Parts: sequence; C-alpha cells; structure tokens
Amino acid sequence: MNTTRLIIVAVGGQGNLLASSILGEAALLSNIPVRMSEIHGMAQRGGVVESAMLFGDGASTVISDGEADVLVGFEPSETLRALKKCNKDTVVVTNLAPLPPFTVAIGRGVYPDLAKLQELIRAKTKKLIAVDALELAKQAGSTLAVNMVLLGATMQTGKIPVSPENVKEAIRTKVKKAFVDINLTAFELGFAAALAERS
Amino acid sequence: MHKLLAGQSGRKMFLLGNEAIARGAVEAGLAVGAAYPGTPSSEISNNLFEMSRESDLYFEFSVNEKVSMEVAAAAASSGLRSMTMMKHVGLNVAADPLLTLAYVGVKGGMVVVSADDPQMFSSQNEQDNRYYGKLAGIPVLEPSSVEEAKDMVRYAFELSEQVGEPVLFRTTTRINHSTGVVTLGDVQPVKTRGEFVKEPSRWVPLPVNARNLHVRLLKNLEEAKNISETSPYNFTEGSGAWGIICNGVSYNYVRDGVADLGIEGRVKILRIGFSHPLPEKMIQSFLAGCERVLVVEEGEPFMEEAVKVFAQEAGLTLPIKGKAPGLLSRLYEFDPAMVRQAVATFFGVSHAPVRPMDLSDVPEIPQRPPNLCAGCSHRASFYIVKKAAEGMDAIYPNDIGCYTLGILPPLSMADYLLCMGSSLGAGCGFSKATDKKIISFIGDSTFFHSGLPGLVNAIFNNHNMTLVILDNGTTAMTGLQPNPGVDMSRLNLSGYGHVSIEDAVRGVGAPFVTTIQPLKVAKSIEAVKEALQFKGVSVVISREICSLYAKALKLDTKRVFRISAKCIGHRNCIDELGCPAFFLKDGKAQIDPGLCTGCAVCAQICPENAIIPVKD
Ligand code: SF4
Repeated sequence: MNTTRLIIVAVGGQGNLLASSILGEAALLSNIPVRMSEIHGMAQRGGVVESAMLFGDGASTVISDGEADVLVGFEPSETLRALKKCNKDTVVVTNLAPLPPFTVAIGRGVYPDLAKLQELIRAKTKKLIAVDALELAKQAGSTLAVNMVLLGATMQTGKIPVSPENVKEAIRTKVKKAFVDINLTAFELGFAAALAERS
Repeated sequence: MHKLLAGQSGRKMFLLGNEAIARGAVEAGLAVGAAYPGTPSSEISNNLFEMSRESDLYFEFSVNEKVSMEVAAAAASSGLRSMTMMKHVGLNVAADPLLTLAYVGVKGGMVVVSADDPQMFSSQNEQDNRYYGKLAGIPVLEPSSVEEAKDMVRYAFELSEQVGEPVLFRTTTRINHSTGVVTLGDVQPVKTRGEFVKEPSRWVPLPVNARNLHVRLLKNLEEAKNISETSPYNFTEGSGAWGIICNGVSYNYVRDGVADLGIEGRVKILRIGFSHPLPEKMIQSFLAGCERVLVVEEGEPFMEEAVKVFAQEAGLTLPIKGKAPGLLSRLYEFDPAMVRQAVATFFGVSHAPVRPMDLSDVPEIPQRPPNLCAGCSHRASFYIVKKAAEGMDAIYPNDIGCYTLGILPPLSMADYLLCMGSSLGAGCGFSKATDKKIISFIGDSTFFHSGLPGLVNAIFNNHNMTLVILDNGTTAMTGLQPNPGVDMSRLNLSGYGHVSIEDAVRGVGAPFVTTIQPLKVAKSIEAVKEALQFKGVSVVISREICSLYAKALKLDTKRVFRISAKCIGHRNCIDELGCPAFFLKDGKAQIDPGLCTGCAVCAQICPENAIIPVKD
C-alpha cells in the first residue's frame, strides 16, 4: 500500500495531539498501518508543535522536508512556516483564525497578511482548503473544538486512507463524554465547510 | 482501570512509545519503579505512577535520578524486578551508582531506561548514552520501533537476570514520542516481596571486594557478548554486496531509503538492537560478505569505530564509512531523506533528491518561541526581582524548568545554565569571580533534586548571593509530577510526607529567609529589596501555584481582566511582562479572555489603572 504522509502543525495548547491520536485510532479501526511522531515538552508551552503521521507501508515515523502529501495548519502563519514540508502536489488545509505569536506584540516581527499568505500557498501547492475553524468551533459550541473542525476539513482532502465514519467512531471513544457531541458537530462543520471550499 | 492495565493479551492498541515501554515493564512483572521525570522519558513514569495505584506495582517519584537508581538497585539486589527511567542527562546524575552497581550486579532483573534527545528538542545537550553502557560494562538494548520497544523491554528483564547486571535500555525521542500499533502480551504476576541475602563480599565494594567484583563484571560482560552474538535483536536482512549496519530509528530510514532507491536486491542490512557488547563475530562475517559498508547511526560513531576495529582484527580492508563530510553527521537527528541521500551517495546510486521548495518570496514569519503560560507565577517573580534589583549590576544564574524561559525578552532573566542545580554552584563561583550581585533562580523540584547541596555550600563558604526559589507546587515542565514539597492532598493521595522548603532552608542555616506571594507585586518588591541588601546568603521563596496546575486541579476560578478605555498606550503591560494573553489590535493592547487567568499582575503595574476585572 502506498504511503500517505500527513503533517499537522499547531501552536502548543491547540489540541493537535488529540486530533492526531484520533486519526491514529481511526486508522487502527480501518486496519490501515499507521505510525506517527510528535514533539512534547518545552514546545508545548506556546511554541510550535508538529505531528507527523504516516499511513500505509514503510517504517519511518518522521517526514522530511518536501515530502508531505497533506499539510494541516491549525494557525495560518504556522501553515506558511511549514510550507518547506510541502511540494507542488501537496494538499494544504489551514485554519484562517490567527494566533499572533507574542513576538509580534513586542515588535519583533510582523504577522503575514492573510490574503497574501493564501495566495502564496495556493501558488506553490496543489490545493488549499482554508476554513475559519475558530468561527466554526464557536458554532459547534466551544472554541476548544478548533482541532475537530480541522480534522473534519482534513477528511475532505481525499488523501487520508481512513473513512470519516471511523474518525467519528474514534472521536466517540477518545473524547471525554461531556464533549463528544460538540466535537462531532465541530467535525461535521469542518467537513461541510471544506467540501464547499473544495468545489 | 488504567488503559495499559485493562488491555487484554492479543489486543492491538495505538500507543505512544513511552506507553509501550511502561506496558512492556508491566508485562514483565515489574515490582519496583522509581524515576525523576524528564523529557522525553516522562510519560513512562507518569503511566507507571498511575498504574501503581491500581496494581501490585510500587512506583515512586524519587528526588533525583541518583536516588531512583539506588532505589531500583536495592530492589533488584533483593530479587525483585525493578526499573528506573530518565532523560539522557539524568543518567549523568545517576552515573555514580550505576558504575559501581555494575560491579555488584543484580539478582532480580533491572532495567535502566535512558531517553536520549538527538536534536535537543527539550534538552541542553544531545549526548549519546550508549557510551554509558560501555563505560559501566553492562548490556545495551536499542529498539527501532514502538512495537519492538514493548517486547524488548520485556526481554531486557530476562537478559538482566541471565547476566546478573542491569541492562541499559536506550531510546531516543523518536521512539519515546512516536506512536504505533502495539499487540499486547500477557501480564506476568508481580513478585512483590524480595529477600536480601547478606553477603558483604558481594554487596559492599570495599577495595578488597571491588577487585574481585571487577573480575566478576568482566566475566558477565563476556557472557553478554556471547548472548549478543546470537541475539534475535541483531539480525541481517536482504542480500547483496553492499552492506549497511544500523540501529534504532535509523534502521527505519535505511529500510525506507533502500526501497525508495529500488536497490533491495543489492543491499544487506545488519540491524543492531543489542548494541553493547556488539556481536563481534557476527559483524565480522557480515563484513566478509560485503564490498563496502555504511554505518548509519544517529549521534556519535559508537558502532562505526567498533566495526572498524573488528574489521582490522579480521584482516578485512573494505571501505567502511559513516560519520563523514557529505555522508552522515554527528549533529542532530536524522530523517528519511538524509539517510536515503547518504545511501545513494555512498553506493553510487543515481537518485534525484526532492528539490526544496522555493520559498524566497515568502515573507519572514515572526518567531514563535515557547513562552511562560499566561498567568505563570514565574513571570511575576522575574518582574519583581528585576524591579527590586534596578540599578544593581547583577548576574542571574538560572536553572532547569519552565522558568528557564525567563531567558526570553522582555524578562531576559537567565544569564548562565549548565544542568539541574547549577544556579547554586555557579552562583557561588560568580560571587567569587566577579564583583557583581548574584541572584540565582531555581524551581521547587529542581531545588530538591540538586539545589540543596549548592545551598549548603554557599552557606558554609559564606558566599554573597541571593537565591530565589520559585515554588509553584509542582514539577511543571515535565507534566505536573509531584516533588517532596508538593501538597499531595491536592491530588487526593495519602500516605506521603511533606518537606517544607522554609524548614529545609532554615535547617541548613540560611541566615536570611523570606517568603513572598509574587502576585502581590509591590509588597514582594519591597521584600526582595531587603533580601538583596543582605550580605551573605539570602533566600527568597516565591510561592504561587503553577497556572497550568491550577487549571488541572480546577482551582482556576479568578476573574479575567480586560483593558478599559482609560488605557493611553504606555504598553508597560506588554513591554515589561510579555504575557501571551496580550495582543495588539489596531495598535492597542488587548487581553484574550480565553488565555487570561486573572493573576492581576498587569493590573498592578499599569500606571493608569486601566486594566480591570471583567464583570460577569
Ligand atoms: S506550566 Fe506552570 S510553571 Fe510552566 S510556564 Fe505554565 S504556568 Fe508557568
């Protein structure tokens, strides 16, 4: 089976570790070989956190520059920063709600323009699916559900060899009971928004 | 029930490497575990700690790695299976007992997990701890995947009992923090009571005994070497006249690289999982069947140098390379493309590497370094000390924990750091070597870990310095583990003692001790000023719960703050505190209510009193 390489970048605290572990569980349910690696520790204090997931054949658990098939960015400037992981065939999913790093507030850097950012990503990759995951998460009932919105959007890339049903099943088993409904709604909203974006 | 205990034999689970290691130890019937947490090893200890409350396993968070090594050693000398786990630099702290433990050996299986951190994702160096196996003369095992880690740790206990020595189980971040599908095995019952048979000639390494014990160790090492020669963890796959010797995660990159390059029929791979003692004969016969050999290992040329020696002994002159310009580096971690390229270059396979994307038109993206959390009490402490020391020419030795992030602007409160506890020892040195005011920072857990001896030293030698102990009631950086100063009732755990930092500091005779609450800014500045005036050793204990811990304990009930119309844009809040809850909107400071914890430090420093609580 071909290998599919997915990179998820986020800011520490955005819940990307839960999103990737749900996707991993879903792959296990689908009987698809899956491996991943993540960075824990200091980066979780508001730094950049990256998960690499590999579906299908192969043994490696990391993804080299230029070799991601799908890039999912939980924060627009981080999506842009991770562009080095992509090639012209990569499909990119990004959140459009910025979390400017603190360096911007203290005058050490300028946050990139969102329109320009999308234009750049579009020009360099195969496809960009951009959604305001924060807005959709609010609609779902919690700003913390940004991760599930983006997970839903990721399933619209058509590249992840796992069915949306299995992802939902994994959400039901991995997420705390009280939050399952909100998370499922968020997933659906992301899934629908990305479909609209795609067509 | 804990998920790693509940899982039935034969079940497949998607587990983190560290969870797989913890499960492997449980399957092996681990009786005693002890650890000081450290990334990337921490989740092993967290899981064992949780499981110990629901099973016969005894687990403790020890005060430091040296003590945890000794706890595990005594258990193993009493015939129990024991394990200690630490980050790579933790083994430096535990090296003293380990090197003599190798002389006296063990009875029950004992596994020492070293979690190395190539690339230094969360560490101050990237030392290669395989050398500790060689230095101590004990077996070293290295898994290549999460699944293998579980089975190998189980085997490590058997090996330890067979050889009578502790086994060093060496992992790297990409094992510890990788996740993979693991098939569970059955759990052996725990033998919980050991028996220590007195035998001073064996257990007490007086010189007269140690001379015999060294002979014993070398004999055991010889036996380990024989086991390594036929170990299933050292295996050859593929065929061809090109050879690759590799270990750990490098093996995965080699396998994928060989497949990507389409040279399967031409390459033999020797995967080394039992890496000390290396299987000399196996390696020599591998070399004899090759025209040229590439050694692929992250870190130091540990295998490469040995392989070259083995070749020389066998009279083999084929080219053997690994760490060399244009091939592989001693720096940082590897990745699949890097290894693929090295394989292609060394064997002369034509290959078009992926061209890096042209990013020349991408604007510079602002850096996003990790930062102290919103509401972190350390930020308040740093601000207070900075204000109190205004006008003084001070050096700030810092220490290891979240508060090392005080290095970042606008706080900029970290001038020197070596290792756990170095803020004290180095503070003593700076106080003699310079005429500056010395103000050292250390966290509560690090203070217990290795700060106390430095403090005793400072008092005895009468150094002129101020020590600020940042007591946030937990071991925050590694994931909120307890330490001897922690109030265990907050965690609903009973049966623990409690060590008061005040009592400890006064008990060793600190002549000036004061405790501050850093969220009360003005009062704290006054108290710190007084401490800084003191000639000799003064200690400030700055006590306020870690905001992440408070959240975890659901104690985060304070009202959040907002910036009112009174703001006229001094920006002191942003420019002096650097709290990530702040952001700029149309050039004006704003507070993100989702991040604000209500610590109110900003409200106290705003000259216009413009920062006010949000009314419900
Ligand atoms: S985890 Fe605790 S100590 Fe660490 S930065 Fe956050 S609030 Fe501060």
